[in-house]
Amino acid sequence: MSQVLHTPPPIQATADDDLAALAARHGLSVSGARPTVPQYVRQLWARRHFITAFATAKLTAQYSEAKLGQVWQVMTPLLNAAVYYFIFGVLLNTKHGVPDYIPFLVTGVFIWTFTQSSIMAGTRAISGNLGLVRALHFPRAALPISFALQQLQQLLFSMAALIVILLCFGVPVAASWLLVLPVLLLQFVFNAGVSMVMARMGAKTPDIAQLMPFLLRTWMYVSGVMWSIDKLTKKDNLPHVVTVLLQSNPAAVYIDLMRYALIDSFHSRQLPPHVWATATGWALLAGIGGFIYFWKAEETYGRG
Amino acid sequence: MAEQTEYTAHTGGTGPSGPTEQIPTVIADRVDIVYRVNGTGAGRGTATAALNRMLRRKQAEKAAGVRRVHAVKRVSFVAYKGEAIGLIGTNGSGKSTLLKAVAGLLPVENGHIYTDGQPSLLGVNAALMNDLTGERNVHLGGLAMGMSREQIKERYQDIVDFSGINEKGDFITLPMRTYSSGMAARLRFSIAAAKDHDVLLIDEALATGDRSFQKRSEERIRELRQHAGTVFLVSHNNKSIRDTCERVLWLERGELRMDGPTEDVLKEYEAFTGDKSDKPAKKAAAKNPAAKGPLPS
Repeated sequence: MSQVLHTPPPIQATADDDLAALAARHGLSVSGARPTVPQYVRQLWARRHFITAFATAKLTAQYSEAKLGQVWQVMTPLLNAAVYYFIFGVLLNTKHGVPDYIPFLVTGVFIWTFTQSSIMAGTRAISGNLGLVRALHFPRAALPISFALQQLQQLLFSMAALIVILLCFGVPVAASWLLVLPVLLLQFVFNAGVSMVMARMGAKTPDIAQLMPFLLRTWMYVSGVMWSIDKLTKKDNLPHVVTVLLQSNPAAVYIDLMRYALIDSFHSRQLPPHVWATATGWALLAGIGGFIYFWKAEETYGRG
Repeated sequence: MAEQTEYTAHTGGTGPSGPTEQIPTVIADRVDIVYRVNGTGAGRGTATAALNRMLRRKQAEKAAGVRRVHAVKRVSFVAYKGEAIGLIGTNGSGKSTLLKAVAGLLPVENGHIYTDGQPSLLGVNAALMNDLTGERNVHLGGLAMGMSREQIKERYQDIVDFSGINEKGDFITLPMRTYSSGMAARLRFSIAAAKDHDVLLIDEALATGDRSFQKRSEERIRELRQHAGTVFLVSHNNKSIRDTCERVLWLERGELRMDGPTEDVLKEYEAFTGDKSDKPAKKAAAKNPAAKGPLPS
């Protein structure tokens, strides 16, 4: 084995400067360097078909072994809603003074689940797909965005179930249902942004994935999924700061907007003040901020 | 060593680029690659050691139990358009690591790797999903490699025909989890090889499938080489290196031990490994199960 160690590379020393010069002369670029933001956006746009195909593939692969197959896409949210109805509507019979409590609750649960699962999937987007990241070149933001898109598709199935529930509980079809679209768009941008932030943190410290369920559950309880923030803040005995925090919580904002859009007994005065501005602001902040934050570490993903 | 300089100097005319000036496609300039591995050494796995590691990440890597593995040491080479270069070396000598760095998927510690266009590793395995049909996987894999929908549509039939999946019935519409390992490997190679690459990096992909498929793969790699600029091939099968490459880089313990025409380097390498008899097939069979080194690849 001694011969192995006798490998001084004397030639390389002389060729050092030549190599860099040679590379420059032929216009070669450094392998694995981070692109600029406009380049990155262009790359991402070029991979849009991959992003959608990957999301759809993940979604369909989910139930491919089940006998009922894709029927579960609608069955799962319906069963979920049934469980909530059983516990809150039948067993506890708690309405919290909220009219149309079951539609109120189910809307809250579905909309919350969208944000929750996007963030959970985002946290594992890089650390759970290292094989993919280490084998192929693509803008890595494609992964968290794709996972957020998968959750959006999942939510659309849930929304179909939700419509059925709404009609069953006698909520009338209204023009305000069209507001669902802008709300979903804003929430999707928000979710994708937070996913990208979590994806970078999860890539560096995979332990975060263990911590997230607890953070998310806490977030759920303060987001008014099962109770009305409006009822609580109207009581006047809360410090102003708490009221503002509760009302500007992005999850609560999207949930309340969705309730306002779908449920006729949920009036606009139950919405927090400046609700559309808050919803848009959160979407832009998370979307743009998350994207930049994720891009800053682009060349480090899947390494080390 | 004299041989090394001489070779780089005189290959000028041998490439397909002919008598015109050679065009470099990959330049490695004194490349060092170091892996950092958590959770080794003293106090391994205990909570205090982990905490210690997190708190003192930068200052005291060694004290905190992070081990540095110097996988590639000061490797320099220039690869030219039209070349097929074999990478050989015993297990754990840094071949796959070097390949990943050329692909831009691993950071270099020191030095630089310059490339013309984007070198791609031949492999889409990670993008494919076992629960989806072969057909959908062809689309997904193609998109993951950056092909457009039209390109995939255009080449779909070629990919299926090449893989030979449908020779024994309509298997392409079945989920990939129902395929035998050989069939799956053939489909993966067919998808991966469907794209034309500027610089193509192949890590022991030829060892898959039955003999007739291996022949077709070698054929396809030769084709890719004509379209592509440069092909790098990592293999423990000296025969497939001989069949495909005219130049070989020999890595040993992360150092570039030899760089020259295939026959010269392989002769030395075979003498080094003690494999004097020319039985590449047997050797490959014996070595392939443990082909990957101990380093993360």
